[in-house]
Amino acid sequence: MKMEHMSKLEQILSRGEFAVTTECGPPRGADSEVVIKKGETLRGYVDAVNVTDNQTAIVRMSSISACTHLLNIGLEPVMQMVTRDRNRIALQSDILGAYSLGIRNILCLSGDHQIFGSQPDALNVFDIDSMNLIRTVKTMRDEGKDMSGFDLKEPPKMYIGAAANPFADPFEYRVIRLAKKIDAGTDFIQTQCVYNMERFTEWMRLAREEGLTEKVQILAGVTPLKSVGMARYMSKKVAGIDIPEAITKRMGEVPKEKAIDEGIKICLETIAQLRDIKGVSGVHIMAIEWEEKVGEIVESAGLLPRPL
Amino acid sequence: MIVGEQKPLAEIKEIVGPYRKLLILGCGTCVKTCFAGGEDEVATLASALRLIFKKEGQNIKIEEFTIERQCENEFIQEASEAIGRNDSVLSLACGAGVQAIARRFAKIPVLPGVNTTFIGVLESQGVFTEECSGCGNCELAIFGGVCPITRCSKKLLNGPCGGSRHGICEVSPDTECAWQLIIERLEALGQVHNLRCYISPKDWSSSNSGGPRRLVREDHII
Repeated sequence: MKMEHMSKLEQILSRGEFAVTTECGPPRGADSEVVIKKGETLRGYVDAVNVTDNQTAIVRMSSISACTHLLNIGLEPVMQMVTRDRNRIALQSDILGAYSLGIRNILCLSGDHQIFGSQPDALNVFDIDSMNLIRTVKTMRDEGKDMSGFDLKEPPKMYIGAAANPFADPFEYRVIRLAKKIDAGTDFIQTQCVYNMERFTEWMRLAREEGLTEKVQILAGVTPLKSVGMARYMSKKVAGIDIPEAITKRMGEVPKEKAIDEGIKICLETIAQLRDIKGVSGVHIMAIEWEEKVGEIVESAGLLPRPL
Repeated sequence: MIVGEQKPLAEIKEIVGPYRKLLILGCGTCVKTCFAGGEDEVATLASALRLIFKKEGQNIKIEEFTIERQCENEFIQEASEAIGRNDSVLSLACGAGVQAIARRFAKIPVLPGVNTTFIGVLESQGVFTEECSGCGNCELAIFGGVCPITRCSKKLLNGPCGGSRHGICEVSPDTECAWQLIIERLEALGQVHNLRCYISPKDWSSSNSGGPRRLVREDHII
């Protein structure tokens, strides 16, 4: 059986159209309907949907199966894959399996440390890091070989994504790491959510200076804030998130019942600013357990209709 | 050195409970340096146990003895008489010492009194840090002398991950980001170009993942 259909996300980005992706967290249970319901609210609003892989080290329905449920209702998934829980043998096996099921996009991550999850007593694997996962998928795709050099009968033609966090330290090294990820085989980048526009703009400038935006499609991450409490919590407790005081203050200054609207407003302003930055090829909207808001954001941002 | 920490007294009491003649055997090398199992710790532990058992009206005889190293037969030999006089041994050595003693004395239970924690250094008085995982294939040359396999919580070879903030690891405010240290060190050495090097997947076969290891030095075998 030949499986030639190409990633839709890849087609959109390679045509130079501004892409919109979002995220769908699988349930802590075995009910496919939860995924399908979330998927239905996203239909027509986004080009692809990332499916997280046991995010924050909490056991959920596997990314590969939730991706399959989305495929079955005609949505395009981006399978997130972390190196925390599986060794190189399992990772490669699941890449082959995912492709056989029709999954065409993969986001290669090292993954949140299990200490943040519900089972901090678990063994972490980290047999390979995200850099090596990227290279592995690239070698499987372009050379048709697995890590042992074995010729694969039907190489998985994945569109390869990676994450970048312009807000982590040390800042000067972040662009070098981006360059390394591109060299390893990354086609598209999805960034950590942008609140600190100044820092993101500077990171993009450095990336352009190194010629990196010519080599990779960068989708900037955004997450709408629901409340001032959420802003404070994310800023303090979530690793790698940088929310400037001005944003937190703005969320705190509106009455409680208006906080959601203010969060969406900030998100829309951010998207508008991101669209003006040279080298930003799209946005990745991570509305955490708030998938029903994604459509509204995309529509208000003037990003409809989505290309076919 | 191998760093260890003495087990809590209650746990030690529990595991030596069934025996009547106990030898507490110290080790004068690594565990002595980290105050877990040298001569002084043997004496302190023996006093504490004697007191507990006396209070409970239990008649358990406790003898103390310390040898230079519990991981070498040459030194273990020195303890054989004392071991022979008792019906049990509480070893305050690392796990290797406990097993080396057990191997030599088939009929005497050898109990662990120390939790072996890691290969590390004495950072400051009373503070020890883990520095080496004993992976069997040292790559410190490229990392400026800071081991990411041991000191990065995710063992990243091409780090740092997105959780590095102000030089601190996301996992704990007490943990330095190994990659921040690597970067600073390479900057100081004028070897920042190493950061652009792609580090391929680690060959773990030389580590414990490849099964228990054995080192044969042909040049030393007579």
